[in-house]
Amino acid sequence: MSENLQKRLGLGILGGLVALMMLASAHSQAGQTFLNVSYDPTRELYKAINPAFVADWKAKTGETVEIQASHGGSGAQARAVIEGLNADVVTLALAADIDAIVTKSGKIPPDWQKRRPNNSSPYTSTIVFLVRKGNPKAIKDWDDLAKPGVAVITPNPKTSGGARWNYLAAWGYGLKKFNGDEAKTKDFVKAIYKNAPVLDTGARGSTITFAQRGIGDVLLAWENEAFLALKEFGADKFEIVTPPQSILAEPPVAVVDANADAKGNRQLAEAYLDFLYSPPAQAIIARNFYRPVHPEYAAKDDIKKFAKIDFITVDKTFGGWAAAQKKHFADGGIFDEIQKQELTR
Amino acid sequence: MFEIAIAPADDRGAKFRPVTQDSPLARYALIVTAVLFLALFLLAPLAIVFVEAFSKGIAPFLAAFDDPDALAAIRLTLLVAALAVPANLVFGLAASWSIAKFSFPGKSILVTLIDLPFSVSPVVAGLVYVLVFGGQGLFGPWLAAHGVQIIFAVPGIVLATIFVTFPFVARELIPLMQEQGKVEEEAALTLGASGFKTFLTVTLPNIKWGLLYGVLLCNARAMGEFGAVSVVSGHIRGLTNTIPLQVEILYNEYNNVAAFALAVLLAGLALVTLGLKTFLEWRHADALAGRARRH
Repeated sequence: MSENLQKRLGLGILGGLVALMMLASAHSQAGQTFLNVSYDPTRELYKAINPAFVADWKAKTGETVEIQASHGGSGAQARAVIEGLNADVVTLALAADIDAIVTKSGKIPPDWQKRRPNNSSPYTSTIVFLVRKGNPKAIKDWDDLAKPGVAVITPNPKTSGGARWNYLAAWGYGLKKFNGDEAKTKDFVKAIYKNAPVLDTGARGSTITFAQRGIGDVLLAWENEAFLALKEFGADKFEIVTPPQSILAEPPVAVVDANADAKGNRQLAEAYLDFLYSPPAQAIIARNFYRPVHPEYAAKDDIKKFAKIDFITVDKTFGGWAAAQKKHFADGGIFDEIQKQELTR
Repeated sequence: MFEIAIAPADDRGAKFRPVTQDSPLARYALIVTAVLFLALFLLAPLAIVFVEAFSKGIAPFLAAFDDPDALAAIRLTLLVAALAVPANLVFGLAASWSIAKFSFPGKSILVTLIDLPFSVSPVVAGLVYVLVFGGQGLFGPWLAAHGVQIIFAVPGIVLATIFVTFPFVARELIPLMQEQGKVEEEAALTLGASGFKTFLTVTLPNIKWGLLYGVLLCNARAMGEFGAVSVVSGHIRGLTNTIPLQVEILYNEYNNVAAFALAVLLAGLALVTLGLKTFLEWRHADALAGRARRH
């Protein structure tokens, strides 16, 4: 019995080790590759762009690259890069998140946004309303969101980049409506957030809450998320309402210099981001419902989908992302005040 | 083998008076409540997982496993379990051996520490590793300078899983070994057996079923862990996503069938574990006696 047991134990351990080594080697075959750390709603976009870039790079250099992608809330992804997620490039929802990587880790130089055209944004988007078919609550403009009895779905600006664009778009509308009166604007934005039954952590979470779980009357969404929801769930369930005024969202891209250099991927990283501005990528961008910076490269039908909107920008209305971030979203900022008053009510 | 249950056999024929005299109505009401509760909150959701996975037929279900990212997630999950479970097996054996067979100062503190992962939220467990090994963390800069990646790579995921599954084997063995005492080992030693031989021929056969039970639970948790792994994973597709993380990603990409197909894999694993566990309890109830007393 004892020898038998010993033998069996030995065999078991040996077998386990062999299996382990096979697993480990199968795993390490992936090797050193190229990582794009992006935000939540770009999953489908980069799934389409990456193969196009791989083919392009192969044609130009003969090298085969493997592109890895990581998606999550924009703020959370920036945090991960700061903590050591080995991104060669970041493609995030807003400049403030890349600024956070600059100040907290120093892996990107401070002048990053000047390195590429259009504030380093190869595509733009905006915030629109997604409502249930037939628009039963007759939602046309930002005013309608503040009315009692309208349930508004939007993610939490503390964790979601898209949510911050939502908030600033509402704030910009309020400023215009009340001729720059900040107190009235704050009451207006507060009324909108009072209508929000849940605040998900990310833009995609809010879309699922609205579209799949059927909560709320209107979803404040990235334009690309709204179109994607129509495509996924059918145009017979929802419709897009474009408000006359909204915000121009510029999701920026940057090479993470320290990581790309350490991995020997500098050239690849630069080429990848340059590729985003190229005609084939711009066409893919439009097809995935982002507004390309070069509409002339995109298919006409894709461009036609984008309604004309009167845009405000973060730079002009809020004095840039750093200022907006500090005033509205930092601890003790205006969003915190709005939420606190909500709670003590 | 002789482990035939003795106690219940006599009771059956004899007329016994239950200690409590609840009316039949109350008894049935309680039973129905318990069954309904289980059906509503356990069985129905589990059934829905299967319904969703097969909602578009068998082909899309199988196609979900043809995806390289899904296969990578399955491979990674197996790898993590294959590393974390043996680590905790060795640790659990060592810890329960020392606690059950020796007395030393600080023993109760060790027992409390072993229970720590049960009481700490998995998210905290993940964050702790980020704080220690992350770029801004204690060892982060040194590790980065030497080209070692722990967080957002496989080692971090394995560490977080080990942390979360720490207590399973030890918690199973400690009461069992305490109950068995050290008489048999002492006998073996006086007869001239070496320490290792004593362990293999006396201790191990005594605890093998309890050990297997602990390993099963440990393995189920290691494969199913979400929170701690999510914090340290970095969510790189095809590289650092385990099955639970992949399920979340697929769900968020409106890919319900694939998400639930992978969920079926996890649920299937849980059911197999449950089956094995029930079998062990039924077949080797006496060898698991330490457990019974504890519950």
